[in-house]
Amino acid sequence: MNKSDSGRRVRTTLIAYLFLAPALGLLAVFTFYPVIFGTILSLFEYDIINPPRYVGLSQFQRLLVDRYFWIAIANSAKYVLVVPVIQLGSILLAVLVNRQLRGIKAFRAAYYIPVITSWPVVGIMWTWMYDQQGIINYMLQSLQAIDRPISWLSHPTLTLYAIMFVTMWKGLGWYMVIYLAGLQSIPAEYEEAAMVDGASRARVFWNVTVPLLRPYILLASLVSTMAALKVFEEIYVMTRGGPFFSTYTMFMYIFDEAFQELNMGYASALAVVLAAVILVFSVINFRVFRRGGLEYY
Amino acid sequence: MRKVAIYAALIAIAIFMTFPFLWTLLVSLKTRGPIFSIPPDLWPSPLSLANYVGVWETLPLPRYILNSLQITFIGVSLTLLICSLAAYPLARLQFPGKNLVFYAIIATLMLPEHIGLIVNFITLTKLRIVDTFASVYLPSLASIFGIFLLRQAYLSIPQELEDAARIDGAGDMVIWWRIMLPLITPALATLAIFQFVAFWNSFLWPIIILKTPDKYPLAAGLLYLRGLFAHNTRLIAAGTVIATVPIIIVFLFTQRYFMRGITAGAIR
Repeated sequence: MNKSDSGRRVRTTLIAYLFLAPALGLLAVFTFYPVIFGTILSLFEYDIINPPRYVGLSQFQRLLVDRYFWIAIANSAKYVLVVPVIQLGSILLAVLVNRQLRGIKAFRAAYYIPVITSWPVVGIMWTWMYDQQGIINYMLQSLQAIDRPISWLSHPTLTLYAIMFVTMWKGLGWYMVIYLAGLQSIPAEYEEAAMVDGASRARVFWNVTVPLLRPYILLASLVSTMAALKVFEEIYVMTRGGPFFSTYTMFMYIFDEAFQELNMGYASALAVVLAAVILVFSVINFRVFRRGGLEYY
Repeated sequence: MRKVAIYAALIAIAIFMTFPFLWTLLVSLKTRGPIFSIPPDLWPSPLSLANYVGVWETLPLPRYILNSLQITFIGVSLTLLICSLAAYPLARLQFPGKNLVFYAIIATLMLPEHIGLIVNFITLTKLRIVDTFASVYLPSLASIFGIFLLRQAYLSIPQELEDAARIDGAGDMVIWWRIMLPLITPALATLAIFQFVAFWNSFLWPIIILKTPDKYPLAAGLLYLRGLFAHNTRLIAAGTVIATVPIIIVFLFTQRYFMRGITAGAIR
């Protein structure tokens, strides 16, 4: 190798790291460091004002006998019920819009609008919809599905499911686009061949379309499961965990401990537990789809 | 016949998806009558823009909009700059440590971001920049999605173009600025739109990191106002419409970028 060659290599390396520096710096401070420091912080008591005090694993011991922790864990786990509903719904939606029809693009756009709407707006709108005298009670009463109005957002057992319904409503369009991409990568011949062989539409859907969509279903289900375990925004904008902690989830508890109570150490311990659960799914996701799959959009 | 059934299904679902918006719009356009009543008052008369005037004049909505515009504009611009810089060497340069850097960036996708919330709050408190707009956008500037998206775009540029420029004596900076950046404009547009939506809609991080409600961006401000003026539903409805319309307009004009962005982010 001659001198100008190695000079060029040094220059290229320099330029490469110069280009990378701002992003790497930000990632180091705001992404890598928090994971390390957050894990260490779970061994301390810290309220930002006073210096941290080492308490060993006592935060984790406290957690085991903490009633609210178990309530939050149970609610977060229950929230995963929303995953199969969203996935099946969005697959059917994708099949429905995966055709050449006049105006189909407008329908796809309409289904996507909830996705791009902010959670505060969604929360405000659905709180009105769910009101005791709101439109949902009116419709259900007109259909004679219920005798008297239900207070959807202050009901000890139904509220969690009412919020899940909103999660589904907002998420359907996003997963629809994923599955639409999947469907468009499937050659039409497979389904046509099955139809020619006399299979019913339902059979074609279950025996041809769904198996071909498998990688997409796996990916979307993993992402959806992780999102469900971390559920926060919809809870925060509608009930903040109430009534009587019936919609209190892990992330809601972490938020309260960290930013209402300033118990940074205990919040970190909670966060570490949630992270450990999510990491399992994240690693599967990462191993199956080498690039790590989806962001939160 | 089948076609009719399909259209019926499409329309029914479209109503389900857009109903909350239409209802909020209706509430915001009326000044009289009970908001909650059984049966609901669905007849849109008399219509009036009084609530819009009201929310604009009596509530700090214009301020929230200015905050949102400022945060979004700076946030999106810096994201584009930082991601377009970072993605370039990962796509087009050979240098020692490239794989390490690449996998380190990928690994961040596995890291749980809720820990970031706690520690970033502490970090920014220690740096004494809590309660500034910078503290709102700083943690989300190095978007992994953005780096991947732009890396893909850089990779698709033919090598001949670069070689030709090198023969003409262009240096790396010139090649990046004059040749590469213009060619990845569609990907930059996709990223810009995604970040625009993310910043415009963000409320969780802003309510954590901003102490002064006057500095809230629109989504956070709306939630705050809902808490303060819970009784004044119609004003809040008008505010909700004002917060939602810009994002829907941007979306309708840039749909194809959205679809491209999601699928690029989804399966690579």
